[in-house]
Amino acid sequence: MLRLPTFTYLQPTSIDEALKMKQDAGPDGMYVAGGTDLYPNMKRRHQEPKTVISLSGLDDLHHVTINPAEGTAIGAGTTLSEIETHGALAQRYPVVTQATKLIATPLLRNMGTIGGNLCLDTRCNYYNQSYEWRKSIDFCMKKDGEICWVAPSSPRCWAVSSTDLAPVMVALDAQFTLIGTNGERQVPAGRFYNDDGIEYLTKRPEEILADVRLPAANGWDATYWKLRRRGSFDFPVLGVAAWVEWDGDTVRDARVVLGGVASFPKLIAAASEAIVGTDLNDDAIASAAQAAFKPAKPMDNTDFGLAWRKEMTRNYVKGALEELRNRHRKA
Amino acid sequence: MENSPNRPAGKVPISLIVNGEHTEIAFAPHKTLLEVLREDLGLTGTKHGCELGECGTCAVLMDGQPVLSCLVLGVACSGRSISTVEGMADGPTLHPLQKAFADLGAAQCGYCTPGLLLTAEALLLDNPSPTRQAIKEALAGNLCRCTGYIKIYEAVELAAAWMRGESAEPAREILYGQR
Amino acid sequence: MASGNGDALRVIGRPHRKVDAVDKVTGQTKFADDLYLPQMLYCKILRSPHPHARITSIDTSTAKELPGVKGVLVGRDIPIAFGILPVSQDEHALAPDKVRFIGDPVAAVAAISEEIATETLDRIHVEYEQLDAIASIEQALANPEPRIHDYGDSGNLHKLVSLEFGDVEEGFEQAYLVREDLFFYGGSTHLPMEQHAALASYSADHKLTLWSSTQTPHYVQRALAKVLEMPASRIRVIACPNGGGFGGKSDPFSHEIVVAKFAMMTGRPVKITLTREEVFYCHRGRHPTLMWAKTGVTKDGHITAMHFRTALDGGGYGSYGVASTYYTGALQTVTYQVDRYKFQGMRAFTNKPPCGPKRGHGTPQPRFALEVQMDKLAEQLGMDPADMRLRHLVPENSLTANYLRVGSIGLGACIEKVVDGSQWRDRFRKLPEGRGVGLACSSYLSGAGLPIYWNNMPHSGVQLKCDRGGGITVFCGSTDIGQGSDSILAYIVAEVLGVDPFEIRIVTADTDLTPVDLGSYASRVTLMSGNAALQAAERARDMIAPEVAQKLDVPRDRLVFADSRVFDSEDPERGMTFAEAVQAAEGALGTIGTVGSYTPPKSPGRYRGAGVGPSPAYSYSAAVAEVEVDIDSGIVRVLKIWIGHDIGRCINPTTVMGQVEGSIYMGLGEALMEDMEYRENFHVVHKIPSMLEYKSPTTLDMCEVETYLISDPDPNGPFGAKEAGQGPLLPVAPAVANAVYDAVGVRIDEVPIMPEKVRKALKQKASGKEARYGPTSFPDIPWPEPIHVPTPWEGGDGKALQHEETTTGPPPERQH
Repeated sequence: MLRLPTFTYLQPTSIDEALKMKQDAGPDGMYVAGGTDLYPNMKRRHQEPKTVISLSGLDDLHHVTINPAEGTAIGAGTTLSEIETHGALAQRYPVVTQATKLIATPLLRNMGTIGGNLCLDTRCNYYNQSYEWRKSIDFCMKKDGEICWVAPSSPRCWAVSSTDLAPVMVALDAQFTLIGTNGERQVPAGRFYNDDGIEYLTKRPEEILADVRLPAANGWDATYWKLRRRGSFDFPVLGVAAWVEWDGDTVRDARVVLGGVASFPKLIAAASEAIVGTDLNDDAIASAAQAAFKPAKPMDNTDFGLAWRKEMTRNYVKGALEELRNRHRKA
Repeated sequence: MENSPNRPAGKVPISLIVNGEHTEIAFAPHKTLLEVLREDLGLTGTKHGCELGECGTCAVLMDGQPVLSCLVLGVACSGRSISTVEGMADGPTLHPLQKAFADLGAAQCGYCTPGLLLTAEALLLDNPSPTRQAIKEALAGNLCRCTGYIKIYEAVELAAAWMRGESAEPAREILYGQR
Repeated sequence: MASGNGDALRVIGRPHRKVDAVDKVTGQTKFADDLYLPQMLYCKILRSPHPHARITSIDTSTAKELPGVKGVLVGRDIPIAFGILPVSQDEHALAPDKVRFIGDPVAAVAAISEEIATETLDRIHVEYEQLDAIASIEQALANPEPRIHDYGDSGNLHKLVSLEFGDVEEGFEQAYLVREDLFFYGGSTHLPMEQHAALASYSADHKLTLWSSTQTPHYVQRALAKVLEMPASRIRVIACPNGGGFGGKSDPFSHEIVVAKFAMMTGRPVKITLTREEVFYCHRGRHPTLMWAKTGVTKDGHITAMHFRTALDGGGYGSYGVASTYYTGALQTVTYQVDRYKFQGMRAFTNKPPCGPKRGHGTPQPRFALEVQMDKLAEQLGMDPADMRLRHLVPENSLTANYLRVGSIGLGACIEKVVDGSQWRDRFRKLPEGRGVGLACSSYLSGAGLPIYWNNMPHSGVQLKCDRGGGITVFCGSTDIGQGSDSILAYIVAEVLGVDPFEIRIVTADTDLTPVDLGSYASRVTLMSGNAALQAAERARDMIAPEVAQKLDVPRDRLVFADSRVFDSEDPERGMTFAEAVQAAEGALGTIGTVGSYTPPKSPGRYRGAGVGPSPAYSYSAAVAEVEVDIDSGIVRVLKIWIGHDIGRCINPTTVMGQVEGSIYMGLGEALMEDMEYRENFHVVHKIPSMLEYKSPTTLDMCEVETYLISDPDPNGPFGAKEAGQGPLLPVAPAVANAVYDAVGVRIDEVPIMPEKVRKALKQKASGKEARYGPTSFPDIPWPEPIHVPTPWEGGDGKALQHEETTTGPPPERQH
């Protein structure tokens, strides 16, 4: 049986206490929420905190607050199941419900939190392996080694952002609330992520992601398309989040964000530009799809071949935008 | 605290409810609920297939919700109510799901069965009349290599009918195949 | 063989729970890892980080000193080789001098906790001298050196087989149409939900007990006796119920020997439970197989000649590989008549986890090739592929070109059922673009005709005890791996002795308590242990009946055993309880116990290699798959499979359904998504040794299944029963491939049918090139001169022609 290494487990009851504990633990301390990302990583010795600080006892992180005019705040400790079964959320933010239902499995969604999914460690099939496996080919730079096995001449790590909700949040331009020892700050989702497989979050290590603030649900529509081999369990090898703001039958603003193709959720500005000002006709969608296809650079470190994954970017962007158009035309 | 795996840290006592019974137990803090159930409480009905959250075999109910016991720390279960397969039957009377699984051969090797039974139990508490699609979605986190899931769906449907108070019997095709 | 009690069957053919069902749904079944003994130690194994290397030194001194460590073992501590086949004794519990794949066991630790044992592995220092690794069939052919093993037919070619039945060239000349096609069937693994586990205990009086998740306790006992140099009489192997096997727990394994050795060293019980990753390294799964098939047919689709070549990627050890190689050429002839047949097979050693017997053992690969080629031939001939097959079925009670004796064959009925059920005639080649249906058939053994090591003893034995309380206990070495073999024993004995199957106690898979059954492989258990149980039960009835007849003053032949009574069929009131009947018999004869055994009929083939393929009875299946193919992505969704399975007779139709549906599931995984991938240019490391990345279909990926069970009792099966656990897997992949062609007009001659491959083929089609994805060449292989065997219809007698050299091998029986 694969077991956890020993560590000190702390269960703070307030955010302040948690921050204090993290400060005391230093770089060897890590927060845990649902544990569905951290514990497997600890069992395979990718992440080796000496102190694990549980955020699951913090009631402040556990809420869904809907304000029709200003938007909605979802506490980072809200489980994915709570989100997918939240009626008012589904009514106002169906894209969040839809993307949440596509994460992992029902059992994992009962445990995992939205905060955990947004902070999900980047993934790579040279990294998400046991200690012995990684030792056999020699460790990579993301953990214990010097090299990136996906691109051995690369100075950086190419592990893949594999969260389903991050592209959605970037597309929605959600704001994340971070609480640190210096107080609270708001960061737009798009600036929460770094294009680096190791330093994939811009958040300071001691900062706690407290909540996610969604913009008021009016005048826009969004969808999320996920590509993977199986109907459940699998992380995305491609995620497409598309958001459009309608002005009558014309797209006033748009964002197309790709997940699973880089170390961060990648906003494709050219794709957005291709559809703004159009009625999302086939030509506009085709140029957006082409614009997304070009910069998508999947690497050989997830399921499926990279050429096919790249090709699918075009299909999935096209499909997602067509869905938005068809829904608008029906309404 | 000494952190070498060679020197397991001291045991932590917690109290929790296991299959309806108040239970006091002490164990090393790095142990998962799976390990505590199997090794410290002797409840080996909970199985494991990967210990990484990738198969669903070790599912138990925590406060009525199915979770993967391989990814829950034992110490995080303080004050919680845990249900395992050992607690499903009412004395010698099988739970309707257990009876239906037995009657239809939905348990072949039986290794994924405890996790599937508990996941299905949670589904039926939430939705007494699930469609076939709802069953598939609810069980999408439990792998089974023997059955192709079909006898499992049929057993969940049969048990659901019994639990609704209907005197259902399996269709002939389920027992004998198509004519 | 005779049935039970008059014409009306009371137990057989009806749905029942399995006898272990309640234990399984209540969590009471004790799998190997569920066992804990006082003072038990935990074992972990250090495995090779290199695909091919010589071990130059091992330093265990630091490891041994760690507190809590009770023992460390290395290769030289257990120097004797073992292996499942007598011809491939090439494995060691721990590699003594050389490692052959990443994951090959090198050293082992026993400690007071699993945590300590795990940590200690890092304190064992092994120095290696790396050798060039062989990653593929092509590399094995191109690089005879360095040799992975110092035995085998040449270089890194483990086994070469060449057999010719009749003159195939002449057969091709007679054909109206000859096709040559290339196919590749990718590797897959069993992925039982239960990870292998074993617990050993050694008593002060020098007796060893091993509990293990094994499908073959008898062979594990043999391997332990050999390696530990102990008489088998002091070794007790108990196979725990297996949490899934599928062939993956059929070899004796390193970890079983290591815990036994540790138990002997320390005097304490020692347990090991493999991690999921280690289960991938045990493997013994489907051989990746490259195939070339040349088939000639007449205008109406009769096969005048078939020449089949296979190249198997065997991995680092022999395992069942010699048998697997023969199996890729054995069963081509048992479905449609083949006038002349030539088979050439090669198994290469490569530096990967060893391949072996996975559900269907060596036959799904050639079946895929054959059934897809049939589809192509039918199209070229302008025939409906169902009709073409129906027209040329092997007749019942006949001999094939390669001397397999076909008894019952219900394949025609299977085809008709699925053709009707799927509305084939209205839909084949008539569905809109993107939708398609495909048909394929198959056959599989109900047990192998010959044992793994040559002997003339039974393949299965049963002891049966009737006690004066009316209790019956059945003892049999068979192992329940979830397929329900314990229940089969109960149903059969219950039928004969007229009692409730759930009143019978079943004791199985314990080498101390139960007579030998060779194991749960080759779909042999229902037929073989079933026949042994039938014989034992009939003998018990024959002991009891005369005494009852005398007591009741009723002629013996009027007695009926039913409803836990023995009574006069003409006056049912006149009778006694079964317990009273046993008492009557015991009073007259003493203790009532019987034995039954089963040995398969002799096979007519007498040529070298004739040992693989014969079976007392062949099961048959036909399947229609309906698919949806997304042209833009190449993603294939299997919507539904209709399957007809010729079961002979169902002992329990519900458990047969379960076997059929489970086979479809596993076949679907192989057809669409499961793939043992290695980074071939990168250390030959297993790319994805995890449940997450090795893609086993979920509830949301499984198709609908409609099952038709065809009854056509076979005289060799107990009550006419044949196998159900493997055959129905075989038609899935070719039916899906044929359906993809029907849907979008591209041939995917390679399994798994991944979207990338379909997309590539679609692009080729769009650009006017060959609308196909698959291998494009078959390597040059130094085939030996074929063994020529005249076919039965040429007057052959099953022997090779006299001028063949016959001195290089053991007698035919040993070539299993």
